[in-house]
Amino acid sequence: MQLDWTALGEVAAVSTGVTVGVVVVFALGVLGLARFEEARTDVGGTHALGLAQAALCFVACAAVVAYGIYLIVPQFH
Amino acid sequence: MDHITFLVAVVIVTALAFDFTNGFHDTANAMATSIATGALKPRTAVLISGVLNVVGAFLSTEVAKTISGGIVDDALVSPAMIFAGLVGAILWNLLTWLLGLPSSSSHALFGGLIGAVWVGAGSNGVHFDKVVEKVLVPAVASPLVAGVAALLATYLAYKVTARARKESVTKSFKAGQIASASLVSLAHGTNDAQKTMGVITLTLISAGALGHDAGPPLWVIASAGLAIGLGTYLGGWRIIRTMGKGLTDIQSPQGFAAEAASTTVILTSAHLGFALSTTQVCSGGILGAGLGRRLAEVRWGTAGRMVIAWLVTLPAAALVGGVAASVVKHGGDLGTALIALAALAVAGGIVVASRRNPVHAHNVNDTHQVTVRTTAAADIPAAA
Repeated sequence: MQLDWTALGEVAAVSTGVTVGVVVVFALGVLGLARFEEARTDVGGTHALGLAQAALCFVACAAVVAYGIYLIVPQFH
Repeated sequence: MDHITFLVAVVIVTALAFDFTNGFHDTANAMATSIATGALKPRTAVLISGVLNVVGAFLSTEVAKTISGGIVDDALVSPAMIFAGLVGAILWNLLTWLLGLPSSSSHALFGGLIGAVWVGAGSNGVHFDKVVEKVLVPAVASPLVAGVAALLATYLAYKVTARARKESVTKSFKAGQIASASLVSLAHGTNDAQKTMGVITLTLISAGALGHDAGPPLWVIASAGLAIGLGTYLGGWRIIRTMGKGLTDIQSPQGFAAEAASTTVILTSAHLGFALSTTQVCSGGILGAGLGRRLAEVRWGTAGRMVIAWLVTLPAAALVGGVAASVVKHGGDLGTALIALAALAVAGGIVVASRRNPVHAHNVNDTHQVTVRTTAAADIPAAA
């Protein structure tokens, strides 16, 4: 019996990195959206930077999701 | 259809029954946290999950080429042993469902087969080094990795959004949860439905109804996909309650982090050829998410019971599989019929027992415990 410790370590490192990355980027998007919404309801103004940040972050997350679907569906390979 | 003997027909029906229990046992993996946080209504969640499982079953072309992935010697496996192994797996799945414990359906299947082959063909039919490599190591490593990833992600998610308005944050993470939960469901459909298709296809090949190296016929793909999808749609509400409410009280950022961790662990390990249990990965992710939020309560008692169930799953299913195999071995068709009837009776008993304290779409989030015993008030007529 031989255990492939390298592959195991790879799974651990990649999984942790991707998870933390996606969740942090998504959280930054959430933060941007929240800023935008607060500016609109409280001040009646707008927070363009917040909206842009949200859009950018959510697009990045959508790209990761698309890559995930690509990995799941064998017909795409 | 001359090749379809009584035994082969029984094996196919039993394999579909196992697929069905696999579906409702594992709905919780993808949907428990979304249901707990209210990201999806319970009925909507199981519908999405069921549909994606069927879609996943049709999408994946990589049908399991071996029944067990090398854990038992496939050359020694007869349809009778497959039947006995499946019975062991089904009964263990139903029992853990009754207790609301998320245990691994794959381990139950492996356990049942190991027991059946051990009794049917001797201990040399079981590859114990493969058991360690394919079952034990991933079972320890995968929940840990998912847990650590979810812990870090949860901690950072709260840190980043600490100063934003809470309703706004919750709403956004709920939307994100719908996407992450759907990915878990799709990945589950492409993996787990394939196992049943593989079992049925290999049984048909061994009975001579299909040529060697034949792929699964369309009816096999369709029936396996429908069985797992229907099981998922019916929803193992008892397990959903334990995973969504029992381990820890999940908020939407935690649910998103847990599902993101589960999805990435499942996808990266599938990519690198690791077999793992979706159930264990998702439970690890949820526990990690519970630890990552300050002041969140993690119920270690529930987590401990769950881990014990993981440890017992393989040997328990093996025991039932072994007993069933010895009856089938000595009793032939009569023995097979007897075991099938006995399994039906036990399954019926478990379903009746679950009725005493049912968990369904309407009460799944009400409490964090799954109890089998009836409440005191309901006990009085029984005692009288």
